[in-house]
Amino acid sequence: MLTELTDQNFDQEVLKNEGIVVVDFWAPWCGACQMVGSIIDELENEMGDKVQVGKCNVDKNEDIASKLSIMSLPAIKIFKAGKIAKEFTGAQNKDVLKKAIEELI
Amino acid sequence: MYDLIIIGAGPAGLAASIYASRYKLKHLIIGEEVGGQIMKASRIENWPGEESITGMQLTENFRKQVEKLGGEIINIGVDDIEKLEGGFRIVTDDEKVFEAKTIIFALGMKPRKMNLPKEDEFIGKGISYCATCDAMFFKKKDVVIIGGGDSAATAALHLAEFANSVQLLYKNGTKIFEPVWEERMLENGKITLESFENILEIIGESKIEGIAYETQDRQKKELKVQGIFIEIGSTPGAVIAKDLGVETDEHEFIIVKPDQSTNIEGVYAAGDITTASNKLRQIVTAAAEGAIAASSVYKTIKMDKK
Repeated sequence: MLTELTDQNFDQEVLKNEGIVVVDFWAPWCGACQMVGSIIDELENEMGDKVQVGKCNVDKNEDIASKLSIMSLPAIKIFKAGKIAKEFTGAQNKDVLKKAIEELI
Repeated sequence: MYDLIIIGAGPAGLAASIYASRYKLKHLIIGEEVGGQIMKASRIENWPGEESITGMQLTENFRKQVEKLGGEIINIGVDDIEKLEGGFRIVTDDEKVFEAKTIIFALGMKPRKMNLPKEDEFIGKGISYCATCDAMFFKKKDVVIIGGGDSAATAALHLAEFANSVQLLYKNGTKIFEPVWEERMLENGKITLESFENILEIIGESKIEGIAYETQDRQKKELKVQGIFIEIGSTPGAVIAKDLGVETDEHEFIIVKPDQSTNIEGVYAAGDITTASNKLRQIVTAAAEGAIAASSVYKTIKMDKK
Protein backbone atom coordinates (compact mmCIF):
# COMPACT_ATOMS: atom_id res chain seq x y z
CA MET A 1 0.00 0.00 0.00
CA LEU A 2 1.24 3.47 -0.86
CA THR A 3 2.23 5.42 2.25
CA GLU A 4 1.52 9.14 2.56
CA LEU A 5 4.64 10.49 4.25
CA THR A 6 4.62 13.63 6.39
CA ASP A 7 6.92 15.58 8.72
CA GLN A 8 5.22 13.66 11.53
CA ASN A 9 5.49 10.07 10.33
CA PHE A 10 8.70 10.19 8.27
CA ASP A 11 10.88 9.10 11.17
CA GLN A 12 8.74 6.11 11.98
CA GLU A 13 7.88 5.01 8.45
CA VAL A 14 11.23 5.60 6.75
CA LEU A 15 14.17 6.36 9.01
CA LYS A 16 13.34 3.66 11.54
CA ASN A 17 12.30 1.16 8.89
CA GLU A 18 14.72 -1.77 8.59
CA GLY A 19 13.61 -2.60 5.05
CA ILE A 20 13.68 -0.74 1.74
CA VAL A 21 11.54 2.36 1.32
CA VAL A 22 11.17 4.21 -1.98
CA VAL A 23 10.18 7.83 -1.42
CA ASP A 24 8.86 10.12 -4.14
CA PHE A 25 9.18 13.77 -3.12
CA TRP A 26 6.76 15.88 -5.13
CA ALA A 27 4.67 19.05 -5.17
CA PRO A 28 1.42 19.97 -6.88
CA TRP A 29 3.05 22.73 -8.95
CA CYS A 30 5.75 20.43 -10.35
CA GLY A 31 4.72 19.14 -13.77
CA ALA A 32 7.37 16.45 -14.10
CA CYS A 33 6.31 15.13 -10.67
CA GLN A 34 2.95 14.06 -12.06
CA MET A 35 4.61 11.76 -14.54
CA VAL A 36 6.98 10.35 -11.93
CA GLY A 37 3.99 9.97 -9.61
CA SER A 38 2.24 7.57 -11.97
CA ILE A 39 5.47 5.57 -12.43
CA ILE A 40 5.71 5.31 -8.63
CA ASP A 41 2.10 4.01 -8.52
CA GLU A 42 3.04 1.33 -11.05
CA LEU A 43 6.15 0.38 -9.08
CA GLU A 44 4.03 0.06 -5.96
CA ASN A 45 1.69 -2.31 -7.82
CA GLU A 46 4.54 -4.42 -9.13
CA MET A 47 6.96 -4.40 -6.20
CA GLY A 48 4.80 -3.41 -3.23
CA ASP A 49 5.17 -6.86 -1.70
CA LYS A 50 8.95 -6.51 -1.52
CA VAL A 51 9.48 -2.83 -0.73
CA GLN A 52 7.53 -0.01 0.87
CA VAL A 53 6.64 2.87 -1.42
CA GLY A 54 5.72 6.34 -0.19
CA LYS A 55 5.00 9.82 -1.45
CA CYS A 56 5.87 13.02 0.35
CA ASN A 57 4.34 16.36 -0.67
CA VAL A 58 7.15 18.82 0.10
CA ASP A 59 4.76 21.76 -0.13
CA LYS A 60 3.03 20.54 3.02
CA ASN A 61 6.09 18.94 4.64
CA GLU A 62 8.84 21.51 4.45
CA ASP A 63 10.73 20.25 7.50
CA ILE A 64 11.62 16.90 6.03
CA ALA A 65 12.45 18.47 2.65
CA SER A 66 14.84 20.87 4.32
CA LYS A 67 16.32 18.16 6.60
CA LEU A 68 17.12 16.05 3.53
CA SER A 69 18.40 19.14 1.64
CA ILE A 70 15.98 18.65 -1.22
CA MET A 71 16.46 21.52 -3.65
CA SER A 72 14.98 20.11 -6.81
CA LEU A 73 11.91 18.15 -7.86
CA PRO A 74 11.03 15.49 -8.67
CA ALA A 75 13.37 13.77 -6.21
CA ILE A 76 13.33 10.06 -5.54
CA LYS A 77 15.29 8.58 -2.68
CA ILE A 78 15.58 4.91 -1.88
CA PHE A 79 16.24 4.19 1.79
CA LYS A 80 17.64 0.95 3.12
CA ALA A 81 17.61 0.44 6.89
CA GLY A 82 16.88 4.14 7.35
CA LYS A 83 19.83 5.37 5.27
CA ILE A 84 19.75 6.80 1.73
CA ALA A 85 21.06 4.02 -0.51
CA LYS A 86 20.28 5.59 -3.89
CA GLU A 87 18.89 8.94 -4.99
CA PHE A 88 17.66 10.49 -8.22
CA THR A 89 16.84 14.04 -9.24
CA GLY A 90 14.59 14.84 -12.18
CA ALA A 91 12.21 12.61 -14.11
CA GLN A 92 13.39 9.00 -14.36
CA ASN A 93 12.02 6.20 -16.43
CA LYS A 94 10.50 3.18 -14.77
CA ASP A 95 13.22 0.72 -15.80
CA VAL A 96 15.96 2.79 -14.17
CA LEU A 97 14.08 2.93 -10.88
CA LYS A 98 13.08 -0.72 -11.00
CA LYS A 99 16.67 -1.78 -11.58
CA ALA A 100 17.91 0.43 -8.74
CA ILE A 101 15.37 -1.12 -6.35
CA GLU A 102 16.13 -4.67 -7.47
CA GLU A 103 19.83 -4.13 -6.85
CA LEU A 104 19.07 -3.28 -3.23
CA ILE A 105 16.75 -6.20 -2.50
CA MET B 1 0.24 -0.83 -38.59
CA TYR B 2 -0.34 2.80 -37.63
CA ASP B 3 -0.63 5.46 -40.32
CA LEU B 4 1.55 7.71 -38.19
CA ILE B 5 3.63 7.64 -35.03
CA ILE B 6 4.54 10.98 -33.51
CA ILE B 7 7.70 10.90 -31.42
CA GLY B 8 7.65 13.66 -28.83
CA ALA B 9 4.72 14.99 -26.79
CA GLY B 10 5.40 18.73 -26.60
CA PRO B 11 3.32 21.37 -28.40
CA ALA B 12 4.48 20.22 -31.88
CA GLY B 13 3.66 16.55 -31.26
CA LEU B 14 0.35 17.30 -29.56
CA ALA B 15 -0.76 19.72 -32.28
CA ALA B 16 0.20 17.12 -34.91
CA SER B 17 -2.03 14.63 -33.09
CA ILE B 18 -4.98 17.03 -33.00
CA TYR B 19 -4.75 17.45 -36.77
CA ALA B 20 -4.08 13.75 -37.35
CA SER B 21 -7.25 12.89 -35.40
CA ARG B 22 -9.28 15.26 -37.50
CA TYR B 23 -7.79 13.71 -40.66
CA LYS B 24 -8.78 10.32 -39.19
CA LEU B 25 -5.21 9.04 -39.31
CA LYS B 26 -4.63 6.01 -37.10
CA HIS B 27 -1.84 7.34 -34.93
CA LEU B 28 0.02 7.21 -31.65
CA ILE B 29 2.18 9.67 -29.70
CA ILE B 30 5.25 8.34 -27.93
CA GLY B 31 6.90 10.87 -25.64
CA GLU B 32 8.99 10.96 -22.50
CA GLU B 33 7.28 14.00 -21.07
CA VAL B 34 3.88 15.38 -22.04
CA GLY B 35 4.28 19.11 -22.56
CA GLY B 36 8.04 18.92 -22.94
CA GLN B 37 9.85 22.18 -22.33
CA ILE B 38 6.69 24.19 -21.67
CA MET B 39 6.20 22.22 -18.45
CA LYS B 40 9.06 24.33 -17.14
CA ALA B 41 7.52 27.67 -18.09
CA SER B 42 6.06 29.51 -15.11
CA ARG B 43 4.15 31.99 -17.27
CA ILE B 44 3.21 31.93 -20.93
CA GLU B 45 1.76 35.17 -22.24
CA ASN B 46 2.23 34.87 -25.98
CA TRP B 47 0.02 31.89 -26.82
CA PRO B 48 -3.01 33.38 -28.61
CA GLY B 49 -6.24 32.98 -26.73
CA GLU B 50 -4.64 32.83 -23.28
CA GLU B 51 -3.68 36.13 -21.67
CA SER B 52 -1.49 34.40 -19.13
CA ILE B 53 -1.24 30.71 -18.37
CA THR B 54 1.19 28.36 -16.63
CA GLY B 55 3.05 25.80 -18.73
CA MET B 56 1.47 23.05 -16.70
CA GLN B 57 -2.09 24.28 -17.33
CA LEU B 58 -1.48 24.79 -21.05
CA THR B 59 -0.07 21.25 -21.26
CA GLU B 60 -3.16 19.93 -19.50
CA ASN B 61 -5.38 21.79 -22.00
CA PHE B 62 -3.42 20.32 -24.94
CA ARG B 63 -3.54 16.82 -23.47
CA LYS B 64 -7.29 16.95 -22.87
CA GLN B 65 -7.95 18.10 -26.42
CA VAL B 66 -5.67 15.40 -27.86
CA GLU B 67 -7.38 12.66 -25.86
CA LYS B 68 -10.88 13.93 -26.49
CA LEU B 69 -10.24 13.68 -30.22
CA GLY B 70 -9.02 10.11 -29.80
CA GLY B 71 -5.25 10.59 -29.71
CA GLU B 72 -3.34 8.14 -27.54
CA ILE B 73 -0.16 9.13 -25.68
CA ILE B 74 2.40 6.65 -24.39
CA ASN B 75 4.81 8.03 -21.80
CA ILE B 76 8.14 6.47 -22.65
CA GLY B 77 11.32 7.12 -24.62
CA VAL B 78 12.14 5.60 -28.00
CA ASP B 79 15.13 3.30 -28.05
CA ASP B 80 15.41 2.33 -31.70
CA ILE B 81 13.86 2.96 -35.12
CA GLU B 82 14.33 0.76 -38.14
CA LYS B 83 13.24 1.26 -41.74
CA LEU B 84 10.90 -1.41 -43.08
CA GLU B 85 9.32 -1.98 -46.46
CA GLY B 86 6.61 0.73 -46.59
CA GLY B 87 7.11 1.92 -43.05
CA PHE B 88 9.08 1.94 -39.82
CA ARG B 89 9.52 -0.26 -36.76
CA ILE B 90 9.80 1.63 -33.48
CA VAL B 91 11.08 0.07 -30.26
CA THR B 92 10.42 1.89 -26.98
CA ASP B 93 12.62 1.95 -23.86
CA ASP B 94 10.43 -0.75 -22.32
CA GLU B 95 10.93 -2.89 -25.44
CA LYS B 96 7.45 -2.55 -26.90
CA VAL B 97 7.36 -2.62 -30.69
CA PHE B 98 5.15 -0.48 -32.91
CA GLU B 99 4.94 -0.14 -36.68
CA ALA B 100 3.89 2.89 -38.65
CA LYS B 101 3.78 4.03 -42.26
CA THR B 102 5.10 7.49 -41.34
CA ILE B 103 6.90 9.24 -38.48
CA ILE B 104 6.86 12.81 -37.24
CA PHE B 105 9.87 13.69 -35.11
CA ALA B 106 8.78 16.30 -32.58
CA LEU B 107 11.62 15.74 -30.16
CA GLY B 108 12.16 19.32 -29.04
CA MET B 109 15.18 20.55 -27.16
CA LYS B 110 17.03 19.82 -23.94
CA PRO B 111 18.39 22.45 -21.51
CA ARG B 112 21.97 23.43 -22.25
CA LYS B 113 24.57 23.04 -19.53
CA MET B 114 27.28 25.61 -18.72
CA ASN B 115 29.93 22.86 -18.37
CA LEU B 116 31.43 24.51 -15.29
CA PRO B 117 33.58 22.55 -12.86
CA LYS B 118 31.33 21.07 -10.14
CA GLU B 119 28.16 21.79 -12.20
CA ASP B 120 27.12 18.11 -12.40
CA GLU B 121 27.97 17.49 -8.77
CA PHE B 122 25.58 20.23 -7.61
CA ILE B 123 22.60 19.38 -9.86
CA GLY B 124 19.62 19.08 -7.54
CA LYS B 125 21.76 20.46 -4.72
CA GLY B 126 21.62 24.12 -5.61
CA ILE B 127 22.08 24.04 -9.37
CA SER B 128 18.86 24.00 -11.32
CA TYR B 129 17.72 24.26 -14.91
CA CYS B 130 14.08 24.78 -13.92
CA ALA B 131 13.05 27.76 -11.83
CA THR B 132 9.38 26.76 -11.89
CA CYS B 133 10.24 23.37 -10.41
CA ASP B 134 12.71 24.47 -7.78
CA ALA B 135 12.01 28.09 -6.80
CA MET B 136 10.22 27.23 -3.55
CA PHE B 137 13.38 25.66 -2.13
CA PHE B 138 15.03 29.07 -2.25
CA LYS B 139 12.66 30.97 0.03
CA LYS B 140 14.51 33.94 1.56
CA LYS B 141 17.75 32.79 -0.09
CA ASP B 142 20.02 34.58 -2.53
CA VAL B 143 20.18 33.20 -6.04
CA VAL B 144 21.83 33.90 -9.34
CA ILE B 145 20.42 33.22 -12.80
CA ILE B 146 22.72 32.84 -15.76
CA GLY B 147 21.16 33.68 -19.11
CA GLY B 148 19.94 36.52 -21.27
CA GLY B 149 16.82 35.16 -22.94
CA ASP B 150 13.10 35.04 -22.15
CA SER B 151 13.44 31.86 -20.12
CA ALA B 152 16.06 33.54 -17.91
CA ALA B 153 13.83 36.61 -17.47
CA THR B 154 10.71 34.64 -16.55
CA ALA B 155 12.81 32.49 -14.22
CA ALA B 156 14.07 35.65 -12.49
CA LEU B 157 10.54 36.99 -12.04
CA HIS B 158 9.32 33.66 -10.68
CA LEU B 159 12.26 33.31 -8.30
CA ALA B 160 11.75 36.86 -7.02
CA GLU B 161 8.44 35.67 -5.53
CA PHE B 162 10.40 33.41 -3.17
CA ALA B 163 14.03 34.45 -2.91
CA ASN B 164 15.59 37.25 -0.94
CA SER B 165 17.57 38.53 -3.93
CA VAL B 166 17.91 37.54 -7.57
CA GLN B 167 20.95 38.48 -9.62
CA LEU B 168 20.63 37.87 -13.33
CA LEU B 169 23.92 37.53 -15.20
CA TYR B 170 23.91 37.79 -18.98
CA LYS B 171 26.94 37.17 -21.15
CA ASN B 172 28.85 39.92 -22.93
CA GLY B 173 26.03 42.44 -22.86
CA THR B 174 23.71 40.10 -24.75
CA LYS B 175 20.17 40.64 -23.51
CA ILE B 176 17.62 39.14 -25.85
CA PHE B 177 14.53 39.01 -23.61
CA GLU B 178 11.36 40.72 -24.73
CA PRO B 179 11.30 44.36 -23.51
CA VAL B 180 8.16 43.62 -21.45
CA TRP B 181 10.12 41.13 -19.30
CA GLU B 182 12.98 43.59 -18.80
CA GLU B 183 10.55 46.28 -17.65
CA ARG B 184 9.00 43.91 -15.13
CA MET B 185 12.41 42.84 -13.81
CA LEU B 186 13.54 46.43 -13.34
CA GLU B 187 10.30 47.31 -11.53
CA ASN B 188 10.58 44.27 -9.28
CA GLY B 189 13.02 45.60 -6.69
CA LYS B 190 14.58 42.23 -5.86
CA ILE B 191 16.15 41.65 -9.27
CA THR B 192 19.44 43.11 -10.48
CA LEU B 193 20.96 42.63 -13.92
CA GLU B 194 24.63 42.53 -14.78
CA SER B 195 26.70 41.62 -17.82
CA PHE B 196 29.50 39.10 -17.33
CA GLU B 197 32.45 37.91 -19.35
CA ASN B 198 33.25 34.57 -17.69
CA ILE B 199 32.03 32.40 -14.86
CA LEU B 200 35.18 31.54 -12.90
CA GLU B 201 33.96 29.04 -10.32
CA ILE B 202 31.18 27.70 -8.17
CA ILE B 203 32.22 28.25 -4.56
CA GLY B 204 31.40 25.65 -1.92
CA GLU B 205 32.17 22.05 -1.05
CA SER B 206 29.11 20.12 0.15
CA LYS B 207 26.73 22.93 -0.74
CA ILE B 208 26.81 26.04 -2.89
CA GLU B 209 28.09 29.11 -1.08
CA GLY B 210 28.70 31.45 -3.97
CA ILE B 211 29.79 32.09 -7.50
CA ALA B 212 32.89 33.86 -8.82
CA TYR B 213 32.79 35.62 -12.16
CA GLU B 214 34.47 38.21 -14.29
CA THR B 215 32.41 41.27 -15.19
CA GLN B 216 32.32 42.67 -18.68
CA ASP B 217 34.98 45.23 -17.72
CA ARG B 218 37.21 42.36 -16.54
CA GLN B 219 36.81 42.77 -12.80
CA LYS B 220 36.70 39.69 -10.62
CA LYS B 221 33.58 39.52 -8.49
CA GLU B 222 32.10 37.10 -5.99
CA LEU B 223 28.47 36.74 -5.05
CA LYS B 224 27.21 34.91 -1.99
CA VAL B 225 24.38 32.72 -3.25
CA GLN B 226 22.79 29.41 -2.29
CA GLY B 227 21.29 28.67 -5.67
CA ILE B 228 22.43 28.91 -9.29
CA PHE B 229 19.81 28.72 -12.05
CA ILE B 230 21.11 28.05 -15.53
CA GLU B 231 18.89 29.32 -18.34
CA ILE B 232 21.19 29.52 -21.34
CA GLY B 233 18.90 27.96 -23.88
CA SER B 234 18.72 24.47 -25.16
CA THR B 235 20.11 22.03 -27.68
CA PRO B 236 18.11 19.87 -30.09
CA GLY B 237 17.57 16.23 -29.09
CA ALA B 238 17.92 14.77 -32.59
CA VAL B 239 20.08 11.69 -31.85
CA ILE B 240 17.41 9.07 -32.56
CA ALA B 241 16.48 10.80 -35.84
CA LYS B 242 20.12 11.04 -36.92
CA ASP B 243 20.57 7.32 -36.26
CA LEU B 244 17.87 6.70 -38.85
CA GLY B 245 19.77 8.86 -41.33
CA VAL B 246 17.75 12.07 -41.06
CA GLU B 247 19.79 15.04 -42.20
CA THR B 248 20.52 17.89 -39.77
CA ASP B 249 22.27 21.24 -40.11
CA GLU B 250 25.59 22.01 -38.38
CA HIS B 251 23.73 22.85 -35.14
CA GLU B 252 21.85 19.51 -35.12
CA PHE B 253 18.49 20.89 -36.22
CA ILE B 254 16.56 18.59 -38.56
CA ILE B 255 16.47 20.04 -42.06
CA VAL B 256 12.87 20.20 -43.32
CA LYS B 257 11.16 21.33 -46.50
CA PRO B 258 8.13 23.68 -46.37
CA ASP B 259 5.85 20.62 -45.94
CA GLN B 260 7.94 19.52 -42.90
CA SER B 261 9.29 16.50 -44.75
CA THR B 262 12.91 15.39 -44.26
CA ASN B 263 15.42 13.73 -46.58
CA ILE B 264 13.87 10.31 -45.78
CA GLU B 265 10.56 9.38 -47.37
CA GLY B 266 7.81 9.01 -44.80
CA VAL B 267 9.76 10.92 -42.13
CA TYR B 268 8.64 14.39 -41.08
CA ALA B 269 9.77 16.71 -38.29
CA ALA B 270 8.07 19.53 -36.41
CA GLY B 271 8.73 22.00 -33.63
CA ASP B 272 11.88 23.36 -32.02
CA ILE B 273 13.99 20.54 -33.46
CA THR B 274 13.64 21.71 -37.08
CA THR B 275 15.17 24.40 -39.26
CA ALA B 276 11.68 25.76 -40.10
CA SER B 277 9.76 28.85 -38.86
CA ASN B 278 12.93 30.92 -39.10
CA LYS B 279 14.04 28.98 -35.97
CA LEU B 280 11.81 31.18 -33.83
CA ARG B 281 11.14 28.21 -31.53
CA GLN B 282 7.95 29.29 -29.83
CA ILE B 283 4.87 27.30 -28.81
CA VAL B 284 2.91 28.92 -31.60
CA THR B 285 5.48 27.93 -34.26
CA ALA B 286 5.87 24.40 -32.86
CA ALA B 287 2.10 23.89 -32.99
CA ALA B 288 1.95 25.27 -36.53
CA GLU B 289 4.71 22.95 -37.73
CA GLY B 290 2.93 20.01 -36.09
CA ALA B 291 -0.24 20.87 -37.99
CA ILE B 292 1.62 21.19 -41.30
CA ALA B 293 3.42 17.87 -40.74
CA ALA B 294 0.15 16.06 -39.99
CA SER B 295 -1.46 17.53 -43.09
CA SER B 296 1.52 16.41 -45.22
CA VAL B 297 1.24 12.90 -43.78
CA TYR B 298 -2.45 12.88 -44.62
CA LYS B 299 -1.76 13.92 -48.23
CA THR B 300 0.90 11.20 -48.61
CA ILE B 301 -1.28 8.43 -47.18
CA LYS B 302 -4.35 9.49 -49.12
CA MET B 303 -2.32 9.47 -52.35
CA ASP B 304 -0.98 6.00 -51.58
CA LYS B 305 -4.51 4.64 -51.26
CA LYS B 306 -5.50 5.92 -54.71
